[in-house]
Amino acid sequence: MAQNNGFFENPTVKWIEHRLPIFSFLDHSLGSQYPTPRNLNYWWNFGSLAGFMLVVMILSGVFLAMNYTPHVDHAFGSVERIMRDVNYGWLIRYIHMNGASMFFIVVYIHIFRGLYFGSYKPPREILWWLGIVILLLMMATAFMGYVLPWGQMSFWGATVITNLFSAIPLVGDKIVTLLWGGFSVDNATLNRFFALHYLLPFVIAGVVVLHIWALHVHGSNNPLGIDARGPQDKIPFHPYYTVKDAFGLAVFMIFFMFFVFFAPNFFGEPDNYIPANPMVTPAHIVPEWYFLPFYAILRSVTFNILFIDAKLGGVLAMFGSILILFLLPWLDTSRVRSGRFRPVFKVFYWLFFVVCMLLGWVGGQPADATAAGIPLLRIGQVCTFWYFFHFVVVLPLLGWFERPRPLPISISQPVLGGGRIAAAAASKPMEKA
Amino acid sequence: MGSSGTSAAAAGHHGQATRRDFLYLAAGGFGAVGVGAALWPFIHSMNPAADVLALASTEVDLKPIQQGQRITVTWRGKPVFIDHRTAEQVKSARDVGLQDLPDPQADQKRVKSGKDQWLVVLGVCTHLGCVPLGQKSGESKGEYGGWFCPCHGSHYDTSGRIRKGPAPKNLEVPDFTFVNDTLIRIG
Ligand code: HEM
Ligand code: FES
Repeated sequence: MAQNNGFFENPTVKWIEHRLPIFSFLDHSLGSQYPTPRNLNYWWNFGSLAGFMLVVMILSGVFLAMNYTPHVDHAFGSVERIMRDVNYGWLIRYIHMNGASMFFIVVYIHIFRGLYFGSYKPPREILWWLGIVILLLMMATAFMGYVLPWGQMSFWGATVITNLFSAIPLVGDKIVTLLWGGFSVDNATLNRFFALHYLLPFVIAGVVVLHIWALHVHGSNNPLGIDARGPQDKIPFHPYYTVKDAFGLAVFMIFFMFFVFFAPNFFGEPDNYIPANPMVTPAHIVPEWYFLPFYAILRSVTFNILFIDAKLGGVLAMFGSILILFLLPWLDTSRVRSGRFRPVFKVFYWLFFVVCMLLGWVGGQPADATAAGIPLLRIGQVCTFWYFFHFVVVLPLLGWFERPRPLPISISQPVLGGGRIAAAAASKPMEKA
Repeated sequence: MGSSGTSAAAAGHHGQATRRDFLYLAAGGFGAVGVGAALWPFIHSMNPAADVLALASTEVDLKPIQQGQRITVTWRGKPVFIDHRTAEQVKSARDVGLQDLPDPQADQKRVKSGKDQWLVVLGVCTHLGCVPLGQKSGESKGEYGGWFCPCHGSHYDTSGRIRKGPAPKNLEVPDFTFVNDTLIRIG
C-alpha cells in the first residue's frame, strides 16, 4: 500500500520496533495500513475532532488545576485570580470553558451522523453503546466542571441536578446526602466534584480506546451504508484521511478560536460571575446549553403517571431519553443502513432533528413562558412525546412499511441513482488509488 | 490424563463433582462478601463526616419579627423561613379541605399549638431544592399567598403546603422547640 518513505528501514526505528512494535501498531491503527472506505464525507471528520477536544480539555484542565482551589471560600476567587493574575490564565480558562461547548457540538454532530447513516446497525452495536457511555461520562464531567467556579449557576445547577436523585423511591434522600456529603451542596460536595472532574476524563479516554478498538474490527461505516467488497473500495487512512482530518481540524479551530478570543462568554450565563449564595436562587436558572433538551424533557412531565409521581416521572423520562439510545440498534428494524436510500426515514429523521432543537429552545426558557399564546410547556410536552414516539413507534414500523431505494452494488461502482458523491467518484478514474 | 478425565466425568454423574461446585460457590461468595466489606468504608466516607453532623443547632429570637413579617435564618447551610402569620393567613390555611391538598396535612399539625401564628419551614423547594420566593416584600408569593418557586413553578400556601406545580411534598417543618415565648431552637 502507501509508501512510508523508508521510515521502517531507519535503524533506530527498527531497534525500537524489535522491542516495542509501537510504530507498526500506530501504522495499523491510524496509518497507511488501516484501510478505510474511499467515500467518507466531511461528516466523518467529527470523530477525530472529538478525540482532539478530549486532549484539549485534559491539557487545559491540568493547567487550570494548578491554580484552582476546591474550597467554598476560595473557589470563586481562585478562578478570578486565574482570569486576572495568572499569566495567560484567561486564555487557558476560556479554552477550557468554550472547549466544553465545542466538545459537545462535535459529539452531537458525530451522533446525528451515526443516526442518519445507520452506524449503530450490525455489526457496530457495541461501538454505538460505547459511544453512548462516552456521552454519559462527558455529561457527568461537564456537569461537575461547571460546579467548580462556584458561581450562582454552579451552585444552583448542582443543587437541582443532585436533587434529581431524591425522586428515587425509599432511598432517594439517602443517596442525595451521600452525593453531597452533607445536608446541602457544600464544601464536601465541591471537593469530591473536583476529584471526580479530574478523574472522569481519563476514564473517558479509556472508553475511547475501546470505542476505536470496536471501530477497527469492522472499519468505518460510510455514506452509502454498504459493506466494502474489496480493496478497490478502500484507501489507506494515511495519507488520505490524516490530511482530510487535518484540514477539518484547521477549519474547526477557526470556529473554536473565534469564540475563545471574540465571544468567550457566548455560551455562558452572566449569573455565574456572581459568587454562590445558598440563600438566594437566581430568578431563572438554566443548565448549560448542551443539557437543555434533556432539561426540557425533565420539566415536561408535570402530571402523575399511574403510581409514578410527576417528579420521578420527569427524572425517568430524562434519563430514559438517553438510555433508549442503547436499544436503537433493535428499534430500527430496517436493514438498510444509510438514510440516503430510505425516503420516508429521511423525513422522520429531520422531523426528529427539529424536535430536538425545539426541546433545546424550550429548555432554555422560563417554566411559565409562552410563545404566540401557546405555553412553552405544551410545546415541550408534544416534543417529548415525539422524541419517544420516534424511537418506539416510528422506527420499528418504518422498517416494515418503507420501500428503500435500490442499493449500489459496491462503493466503487454504485448503480445508477446511487449516492451523489459515490456516483461522482465513480465517474473519475480512481481504480488505481 | 485421559483416564483421570474420564473418571472425573464418571464421578460427576454420581454427584461427586458437586464438591467442586460447592468450593466455587463458597469461594466466590466469600470473595463477594469481602469485596463488599472492603467497598463500604469508601462509600461511607462520602456520607456526612462527624464534624458536619455535629453542626450546632440555631437559636432565633422572635421578638423583632412583626406580624405579617417573614425572616430567613441559616441552619445546616440551608435557609429556614420563619413567618409571623396574620390571623387571615392562619385562617386561609385552615379553611381549605384536606382533599384539595396534594400532600394532605392540617395546618395545626405544622405549627406548635398555642403558637399558631408562627410557621417555621425549610426554605427548600421539595421539587429540586431551589429557594422559593416570597420572603421579601415585592417578591411573588404565588397563587396561594405563601411562596412561589421560580425554578419550575411550584406554589405553596400560607402553611407552606404544596398546592400547585411539580413539587410533591409540603415545605418541611424542621425539628424545633420554643425555649420560651420569644425564643426558638431549631435542630
Ligand atoms: C471531558 C473533559 C472535560 C470537560 C467536558 C470539562 C468541562 C468543564 C467545564 C464545563 C468547566 C466550567 C468552566 C467554567 O465555566 O469556568 C470546567 C472547569 C474546570 N475544569 Fe474541566 N472539563 C474536562 C476535563 C478536565 C480535566 C481533565 C481537568 C483537570 C485535570 C479539568 C479541570 C478543571 C478545573 C480546575 C476547572 C475549574 C476552573 C474553571 O472553572 O475555569 N477539567 N471543566
Ligand atoms: S425546584 Fe422548586 S419547582 Fe423545581
